[in-house]
Amino acid sequence: MEQSSNFIIRAQNLCKRVTGPAGTLTILDNISLDIKYGETVAITGVSGSGKSTLIGILAGLDLPTGGRVVLDNTELTALDEAGRARLRNRRVGFVFQSFQLLPGLTALENVMLPLELGGNGAARDLAQAHLNEVGLTSRMAHYPNQMSGGEQQRVAIARAFAASPRVLFADELTGNLDRETAAQVVELLFRLNSERGTTLVLVTHDESVAVHCSRKLTLDGGRIIQFRETRG
Amino acid sequence: MYLFRLSLTQLLRDWRAGELRLIGLAVIIAVTAMTTVDFFTDRVNRVTEIQATELLAADLVVSSAEPFGEEFIERARDMGLETALTVSFRSVVVFDDRLELAEVKAVQSGYPLRGRLLVSERLFSEEIAGLTIPEPGAVWPDTRLFQLLDFDVGDRISLGAAALHAAKVLTYEPDRGGDLFNIAPRLLMNLADLDDTALIRPGSRATYRLLVAGPGEAVTGFRNLVENHEEYDIRGIRDARPELRTALDRADQFLGLAVLVSIALAGLAIALSAQRYATRHFDNCAIMRCFGADQETIVKIYFIQLLVLAVICSAVGCALGYLGQSGLAGLMRGLVSRPIPEPTPAPVLTGMAAGVLTVLGFAMPQILRLKNVTPLRVLRRDLVPLPLGNLGIYAAAVACLVLLAPWKSGNEALILYGFAGLAITGAASLLATRLAIHWLNALRSGVGVAARFGLANIVRRAGLSTAQILAISIGFMVLTLLAVVRTDLLANWHSRLPPDTPNYFLINIQPGEVDAVRKFIDDRTGMAPRTYPMIRARLITINGEAVDPDDYADERAKRFARRTFNLSVAESLQEDNRLTAGRWWGDGAEQLFSFEEEFAHTLGISLGDRLEFKIADKWVSGTVASTRWVDWDTFNVNFFVIANPETLDGYPATYITSFHLAPEDRGALIELVKTWPSITVFDVASILKQVRAIMEQVAKAVEFVSGFTLLAGVIVLLAALQTTHDERRYEAALLNALGAERGHVRAGLLAEFAILGLVAGIIAALTATVAELLLAEYVFHMDVLVNPWVWLITPLLSVVVVVISGLAGTRKALSTPPMLALRQS
Repeated sequence: MEQSSNFIIRAQNLCKRVTGPAGTLTILDNISLDIKYGETVAITGVSGSGKSTLIGILAGLDLPTGGRVVLDNTELTALDEAGRARLRNRRVGFVFQSFQLLPGLTALENVMLPLELGGNGAARDLAQAHLNEVGLTSRMAHYPNQMSGGEQQRVAIARAFAASPRVLFADELTGNLDRETAAQVVELLFRLNSERGTTLVLVTHDESVAVHCSRKLTLDGGRIIQFRETRG
Repeated sequence: MYLFRLSLTQLLRDWRAGELRLIGLAVIIAVTAMTTVDFFTDRVNRVTEIQATELLAADLVVSSAEPFGEEFIERARDMGLETALTVSFRSVVVFDDRLELAEVKAVQSGYPLRGRLLVSERLFSEEIAGLTIPEPGAVWPDTRLFQLLDFDVGDRISLGAAALHAAKVLTYEPDRGGDLFNIAPRLLMNLADLDDTALIRPGSRATYRLLVAGPGEAVTGFRNLVENHEEYDIRGIRDARPELRTALDRADQFLGLAVLVSIALAGLAIALSAQRYATRHFDNCAIMRCFGADQETIVKIYFIQLLVLAVICSAVGCALGYLGQSGLAGLMRGLVSRPIPEPTPAPVLTGMAAGVLTVLGFAMPQILRLKNVTPLRVLRRDLVPLPLGNLGIYAAAVACLVLLAPWKSGNEALILYGFAGLAITGAASLLATRLAIHWLNALRSGVGVAARFGLANIVRRAGLSTAQILAISIGFMVLTLLAVVRTDLLANWHSRLPPDTPNYFLINIQPGEVDAVRKFIDDRTGMAPRTYPMIRARLITINGEAVDPDDYADERAKRFARRTFNLSVAESLQEDNRLTAGRWWGDGAEQLFSFEEEFAHTLGISLGDRLEFKIADKWVSGTVASTRWVDWDTFNVNFFVIANPETLDGYPATYITSFHLAPEDRGALIELVKTWPSITVFDVASILKQVRAIMEQVAKAVEFVSGFTLLAGVIVLLAALQTTHDERRYEAALLNALGAERGHVRAGLLAEFAILGLVAGIIAALTATVAELLLAEYVFHMDVLVNPWVWLITPLLSVVVVVISGLAGTRKALSTPPMLALRQS
């Protein structure tokens, strides 16, 4: 366990290499970064620059081949899979590009899921409150395939915030939405985020999304080529 | 040609990519199951039939009151049959100054052609196989003759003019139980010594028997030849007592049904695998269509691919089936007392045909969807071809099953019952599953996260859940039914034979002896047995039309039409008979007959038919007033045809009776035979024992074979799990990303499989119980008590099997890295 610090995420010398028939491919090359509590960070870069790999490692979904990650004072890279799952459940939230709702569960059950996994006895009430907050009171009993893309993404946002995570990771959250809906979803995400003071790390191609963040990190060929504040 | 090459290339590529492995595996498993069952049932049938031939010591026995001509025997040999002659007669055996009437059988080298003799070197010493027959000059008396005459092994006894040396003690003759025989002590001698005894002269009462054995066609050929000789009486294994015939028929039918159900389930597995394969090939087809392939080309490419795959995998399946059955045969060895014959190669042909047919019948309808993939899919991936009409899928599957069903003469009704049973079970399972899913859905809000996830999976994949429940419930239904039939029905059959079941029949009782014989038995058993008249008659006309054996296709009908059989007379209906049509006779003076229903069916006789019989040199006619179901299993005296007293009054009759005699009172029989030498005693206890042994063995074999049905059910479950594999991997990854530990995901799957297993088990118990009641009513004709254990054990076993195989089938999905959730987006 690390000493308490101002940083929710500290990554040092992260490397990710995969070996295939054509030789070794470097996806992330010696990446170090710190993200403070409450910060909002956009990760951008062209396709294949390593954005998704980086966010996966920072969120504890994957392990680097070299380097270490400390998330909320816990060294992620020293935990086993079960330990990382527990950590994700208590401190991490996700919003994915394809919403990633479980098709067999209703909107309410999808939001209840992380709460129940964490053993929260008031899962139903909390989930209902979060769905109310994203404006889906009347859609609680609906299944994902009965909802529009924008509605599904709102359910995903409600699910992401339901367990009160310390950090939220979002991967191309507007990629599957039209411009108008995308703007609404982005507005919703940043509003909830600022209300709760959650740290937000998002991957995006969309500059109009990136400008909402306090800092922007640009990757190219697995290296950070720029990591700067977006506004004064 | 280029299409063939393209198909093969694609086949290889798909195989390497693992795309076709699942469907290939399903074919292999299906054909392996089928051929294993076929090879195995082939062997079981043969061993069962062989065991039955032991009752005759041959495949066919021809009896005559006169010696057989050498030319006749030669014809049998020319047809490739083994032969052995026996001559049976009664004679007095003398030792010192003591005399005893014995049943003598003189046999020729080679006897017995089926089964074996058992002997002992001394009285009451260990039984050993008698590998030969007595040497010339030697005899093998049975234990009772040794005791009655008080002599020992090595002593010389006199038989007619010959002095013969008692070499061994005869303890078992295979054909002793299957034929009428006298309770008199027995003696086996070499046929070569018969002339020396000077006992057999023209006009002597002796029975000459020609035993033949060999290939099935040769036996049938010889049988046809003999049937033209009215002076000969024939007995093959299927002419044995009706009880034995019933046992063999039931075996055939059960094994046939087990195969049919296995094929149906394997087909379902193939259909599920093909559906997945087709779905995963939409993109390929869209690209091919985009580059100019027309619908016909697409169909041809996939048809050739499937055909080649089917042929290769069927061949592998046949090879595995051969290996599999040898393992089974090894297990069978403990069940049967003799070496199991090698299987014939026929199952390879049926296996190959079945493999190809199953693929075409069950997989092709799914693959045909590929031709409907629109080229526009390259732009819009959500464009999925419309699913094939259900009717088309079902029609192909049913056609395939009808073709593969083990059709056999006499089996049609059962196969149709089997189909009806499958359809009803399917419909019942469908209904029950839908109800269960509806009910389970309502239950969701009240359960924990794991159970809810499990329930959600079942409800969301309602179609697949139904297929899984259907397959598992049918597998368990068959297994439960067989277990129940075996324990309940066989136990019932045993228990219905009370301790005082008749174990002796007396035949040839002359009318003047009836009262004295009844009193004799009453004095010794405390009960005067009922006696029944027996009148030999031959059926001459039906409704004025002459009965011609050649008019019948059925072999049994031909025989009945050709020779005489026993009629009896009765005032009232016997307790173990039940009228199935018509009425029992009233007080009128009409001449009436009542027929056993199957016998009437065999001869094509219906209610109201006018029949004419010839009895000795007289003619008697009457009307068929009723048909009866006869419970042959009771071992009471029963007749195919009964007349009312008005019809057969005054015709020459002998009488038959049956009674129970405790083993320790057997001495009374010697007294009986001495008092009335013309009476023949028929010991049914040994037949009863042998029939029971065969039934038990058949039941075990069938139970064993039915294990495949369950295996096929499990394969369907696994195939269904495979079709959801991608989804499950993704879900596991997503749940994991959301913080679920593997234990959580596993608990969800556990709940899903436990619920599936429970529903399938309950449906299996329900359908098995209904089937059991129907079988008991319409096939076995007996009352059955529903076994309450079925309702506990079947669902429990079903849960265990489904949970174990389900968790094994989804093991890989559990280990999916959570990163996949991110990649999917």
